[in-house]
Amino acid sequence: MAAVRTFSLPHYPDYPIQVALFKDVKNATFLRSQLLEANADFDYAFIDATMILTPLHLLHPTFLSLHLALSTPPRLKSRTPHSEIIFRLHPNNNIGESYRKFGITDTTTSLIAVKLSLTPEITSESVAKHLGDVVEGTSVEIGENGEQLGEMCQVSKIRKVYKLGDGGKPKGKKGVVNGDADVDERKQMESVILGIMSVKGT
Amino acid sequence: MASIPTPGPEYTTHILPAPFTSSPLTLLAQGAEALVYRTTFLTPNTPCILKYRPPKPYRHPILDKRLTRARLLAEARVLVKCRRDGVKVPAVLGLDADQGWLVLEWVEGGNVRSTLDRWVKEGGQFEKLGESSKDGENKDVWEFMRAIGTSVGKVHDIGVCHGDLTTSNLMVKTTEGHGQAQPQKPSAPAQPYLTGDIILIDFGLATQTVQDEDRAVDLYVLERAFAATHPGAESLFQEVLRAYGESYRGGRAVLKKLEDVRLRGRKRSMLG
Repeated sequence: MAAVRTFSLPHYPDYPIQVALFKDVKNATFLRSQLLEANADFDYAFIDATMILTPLHLLHPTFLSLHLALSTPPRLKSRTPHSEIIFRLHPNNNIGESYRKFGITDTTTSLIAVKLSLTPEITSESVAKHLGDVVEGTSVEIGENGEQLGEMCQVSKIRKVYKLGDGGKPKGKKGVVNGDADVDERKQMESVILGIMSVKGT
Repeated sequence: MASIPTPGPEYTTHILPAPFTSSPLTLLAQGAEALVYRTTFLTPNTPCILKYRPPKPYRHPILDKRLTRARLLAEARVLVKCRRDGVKVPAVLGLDADQGWLVLEWVEGGNVRSTLDRWVKEGGQFEKLGESSKDGENKDVWEFMRAIGTSVGKVHDIGVCHGDLTTSNLMVKTTEGHGQAQPQKPSAPAQPYLTGDIILIDFGLATQTVQDEDRAVDLYVLERAFAATHPGAESLFQEVLRAYGESYRGGRAVLKKLEDVRLRGRKRSMLG
């Protein structure tokens, strides 16, 4: 069994989101091959945990994907709601590129798995059981607010993908000594990234 | 004809698109183009602003869709650009241009208009603000004006013109925090309400331009708005302009241009 945290988005309470976090994953190659074969049992969004800055950074594309999948007619640009999550994370419109940057690669060791409960059969138990069986890694418990989701991130990699440079960095606050600087910087980055993801491809 | 009941404005209800159709929303303001609600987004404790541009029944549906889409996108792009370049504006949290909604970060605080009103209510008098008071007891209000000038300068510096600068579209962010409204204790000491980040809001008419003309018109509109909401505050507004002129290269040229604009009015082309 893997530890699964269920998130519920405001405005979409009927479609909870199951999220699991793993570290020291050893069978990334296998998981990736299942994705490439489009094995229906492996219909998850497998995301490289080093690319997720904050919980909101993950919930935003998830919301968008759900929103687009549920509108009539569905407005997804990729094949499934789960692939749409990965696609929406990337700032440009290339799905392959999105998978290379944010999706699971052969060298991935920390992994976030997202499953949308689009049908009632998908519950946190079923997801936990299946993921516990197939992912070889250490399951990490996610807190109620998902704080753990940003703990493995590599800020420099994220900065590069979104071409942030120094943008979003608080300026003239060098004298901060109480350790809030990092939190503040992440908040600034997060708000820029959410904006970039919102206006992408429009 | 008289038998057809015509609903008054108070009966006009807008049906919001999914997923907001049946959500609890609080209407905060309504303009000619958009409705502004307060709600939550992504997590139940992230307060946010929902800006919805309802379809206009008198326009052709296709044209209406295109106009709504174009205007919403323009606004969102400008906001993201500002945020990227470090200008203090509400962050864009979500967007659906086809359905006409935009979700923005919640800014806690009041606008400049109400802040100045409060200052007057608490005994401030515009007429008594001489040059000598800048370091005295009224230091705060001068500092406040300089902050406004610098903020406007910053926006112009990155190549954005707001298009509708008024005292209501400038917010003063009061609490640093996560937006949850803290219960105000009546016995709490008076907060320094004049100090706080100046946040520009409502970029619905914003354009990306670097022309002095457009920048000067922005300032002119703000000047007129100041004169309308706070008559007698001319001397204070001069401080806004002074800070603006010093805030970025090219600020002085804009102030020169402003003199021309004052003489002829907002519209150069006399069209529309």
